[in-house]
Amino acid sequence: MSRRANPLLRLDLQRWRMRLMLGLLFAGYAALSARAMYLQGWQGDFLQEKGEKRINRTVPIPAYRGMITDRRGEPLAISTPVESLWINPREAEASPAQLQALAGIVEMEPAALKKLVADENKTFVYLRRQLPPDLAASALGLDIKGLYAKPEYRRYYPSGEVIAHVLGFTSVEDRGIEGAELAYQSWLAGEPGAKRVARDRLGNVVEVLESLKPPRPGQDLALSINLQLQYLAYRELHSAVQEHRARAGSVVVLDARTGEILALANLPSYNPNNRATLTPERTRNRAVTDVYEPGSTMKPFLVAAALDAGVIRPDTRIDTGEGYLTVGTKRIRDVHPKGTLSVAEAIQVSSNVATARIALDMRSEDYWRLLSRTGFGALPGSGLPGEAAGRLRPYENWRPIEKATMAFGHGLSVSLLQLAHAYTAFANDGLMPPLTVHKRREAVAAQRTMSAHTAREVRAMLELATQDGGTAPQARVTGYRVAGKTGTAHKLVGGRYAPDKYIASFVGLAPASNPRIVVAVMVDEPSGRQYYGGLVAAPVFSRVTAGAMRLMAVPPDAPMEAPPAAGPVVPEDSEAA
Amino acid sequence: MRLRHRLAKLFAHVDAPLMALLGLLLLASTATVYSASGASADKMVAHFTNLGIALGAMLLVSHIPPQRLMQFALPAYVLGVVLLFAVELVGDVVNGSQRWLNLGITRIQPSELMRLAVPMMLAWFLHYKQEVLSTRHYAAAALLLAVPVGFILKQPDLGTATLITASGFYVLFLGGLSWRIILGGAALGGAALPFAWGLLHDYQRQRVLTMLDPSSDPLGAGYHIIQSTIALGSGGFAGKGWLNGTQAHLDFLPERTTDFIFAVYSEEFGLIGAFLLLLLYGAIIMRGMMLASEAADTFGRLLAGAIVLTFFTYAFVNMGMVSGILPVVGVPLPLVSYGGTSMVSVLVGFGIVMSMATHKKLVKT
Repeated sequence: MSRRANPLLRLDLQRWRMRLMLGLLFAGYAALSARAMYLQGWQGDFLQEKGEKRINRTVPIPAYRGMITDRRGEPLAISTPVESLWINPREAEASPAQLQALAGIVEMEPAALKKLVADENKTFVYLRRQLPPDLAASALGLDIKGLYAKPEYRRYYPSGEVIAHVLGFTSVEDRGIEGAELAYQSWLAGEPGAKRVARDRLGNVVEVLESLKPPRPGQDLALSINLQLQYLAYRELHSAVQEHRARAGSVVVLDARTGEILALANLPSYNPNNRATLTPERTRNRAVTDVYEPGSTMKPFLVAAALDAGVIRPDTRIDTGEGYLTVGTKRIRDVHPKGTLSVAEAIQVSSNVATARIALDMRSEDYWRLLSRTGFGALPGSGLPGEAAGRLRPYENWRPIEKATMAFGHGLSVSLLQLAHAYTAFANDGLMPPLTVHKRREAVAAQRTMSAHTAREVRAMLELATQDGGTAPQARVTGYRVAGKTGTAHKLVGGRYAPDKYIASFVGLAPASNPRIVVAVMVDEPSGRQYYGGLVAAPVFSRVTAGAMRLMAVPPDAPMEAPPAAGPVVPEDSEAA
Repeated sequence: MRLRHRLAKLFAHVDAPLMALLGLLLLASTATVYSASGASADKMVAHFTNLGIALGAMLLVSHIPPQRLMQFALPAYVLGVVLLFAVELVGDVVNGSQRWLNLGITRIQPSELMRLAVPMMLAWFLHYKQEVLSTRHYAAAALLLAVPVGFILKQPDLGTATLITASGFYVLFLGGLSWRIILGGAALGGAALPFAWGLLHDYQRQRVLTMLDPSSDPLGAGYHIIQSTIALGSGGFAGKGWLNGTQAHLDFLPERTTDFIFAVYSEEFGLIGAFLLLLLYGAIIMRGMMLASEAADTFGRLLAGAIVLTFFTYAFVNMGMVSGILPVVGVPLPLVSYGGTSMVSVLVGFGIVMSMATHKKLVKT
């Protein structure tokens, strides 16, 4: 600094210092101008596009899911518009009072909600799915920053648990995940559309700019179910399961001519409108997915096979001796010795020994072929998801004792739906229509399984079983002739037959003179006093059939008579010794 | 006649060309605030109130002779430092920064006072010592600058500290600070940069990093910058037209009436509008520097020059921030952003500049 002796001189430098300063200053402005030119000129289009993107959003328009109705158009599953509330915790700003109110609407603990909203790592959290539109509107009315509503459809099932297993249910994403909802997903589901909207930063739609693609609504579906009959079947099954304190139960009603499922109910059931009731135990469609050893309800198939093979005639006499039969080291027994029986009587009183004897007299192949033709060991093809095929082992490996026990329904497994389907062969003079759960608009080719003659003969035997002296007088229906077969099987528990656990069943058809329906009833582990199929399952058959005859306006084929007396039931047993 | 005379007297110290340029800028401000606020009547009433107060204050200050102003320099500076010290001890913490002093009746931000008090003090100091200026005095002046800046940095308020440093530097520079010291200081500063980086608060570092790469955190710290460059760019060459800016109106732009108003302006008026605004600022600065050079004494020249250059710095920092070439610091666009404090302090500054230029005949130097 020593050179600068005169400070005044230095202050004179101000002018050029100012100029330099101005130079710097305009260099700064040049930088700003360059930046502005870069952004607004060079990158203008790109940034404009980004700006548009900030505002323009393509939002999906949910498609209406087709309605499911019963065969007469009664609604079974309906879609209604709802709103799902979600929040962006990054944006969210809410006072404690607002959060409190919101927690009330979405039914959350205020503390839990607060924690959720405070999670800055997330930008999308559902608070509550599928709220009624008015509730969602009041939540949005709280004016909470970052809170949005998304329009959706929600499924309602007016009949609730009565037809739960047939319909199944949808996920919150409106996709079918069980039952007909799953099986007919692509038919029912529409295609979501899209629209372009202008939105502000809070996501509120300011203006709909254009509709890009209208949503294609799903198609309605008419099931083969008759809702009234379904109610009846469910109610009767319910009271039987309650009365006999059973673990579970199923009932299947088929249109004998078309193969349509008119009713299908299981217990325990669930309410598809309330997801809290969805447990695997309740949602299982037992009649379709569960297999069991059918027991005596299989006897008619053995007899049919033997008749078709010419091994026996209906009046062939069979000696059941002392009521037991020794095959190898095993012993097959009847509960009571029945002496010498005709084939018809063997069915009527359900003799294990008689059917085992017939089986031993015939070729395994003949029995197997009939079982195979009537659908055992194969998927029933009803269209419902989760069908079980059951077990039917190849006849080449049958040992004599196995053949004998298979004659009365042990050593193989079936689902109730499969069994009911197989009985349509007896109802239809040997023809079996394919199963379906949706309404048939035209007849389909039925498959021959046995000769018409044989089918009629077996049907006559089955009718005998419901007469006095048969195993199932409780199955009778006033005004109609009915035919059917009881089954009382010990349950297999851990590979062994449990001495005190039964499956009581009854499969029958009506009217016997010209069958219109097949009804199969199965009650799992009745733990009351009674466990015979004739006492537990046959009454359900009777009441469901009576209702079905009335609902379907089937003319009576039997003279009116007094209601069936709770007369003596011929006990039956299907124990494999 | 009397009225006319009185009016003439009232505006005697107002520089007409500068006033006209300021008027144009305030017009642009009003139009943009109107648009950015979504045509809010409340905002407009408040805006006009701010304008009235600020213009009144400017008029008032333009009548104060430099001599009298000089007398304020030391007391204002001392008061400011005392208040800053008080803030350090008992200040209110708002948004993590201790900037406010609660006086019981109202809260004040002493750093705002220092925006004018520091250049005044330094200009007065150099003026006072002009006959005997030596390196020692520049060192003393640097200390006078460093004390308040240190307090403000500690609050922390990097933006204000930087701008006050700039205003102080302008005074020293215009006051003849030696090139060697400037270059040495620059070199020293450059060398100290890595250490300064370590001294910065996390959020300050974040802002700098965000400026370098806004897309690193598009929803967080980078959001402001991304949105404002999009708004700016969306304007294109000719702009979307007044009231037609989408980014601001649909709430995508943060702080759109205050710190980021330049983005709203640019979206609606485009590149042409931005150039016109830069031209207007340039003209104001040119006229301001002309007035500063007309000042009668060293104090006037230094203070007026520093005020005008600081005005430039504010505008530059704000536009640089909005267009993404400078880090985000909370500096409003002078005379355009909505907000009373900034409006008053800038126009009072121009009042001083006008006073310096018009009072030369009345004062003997």
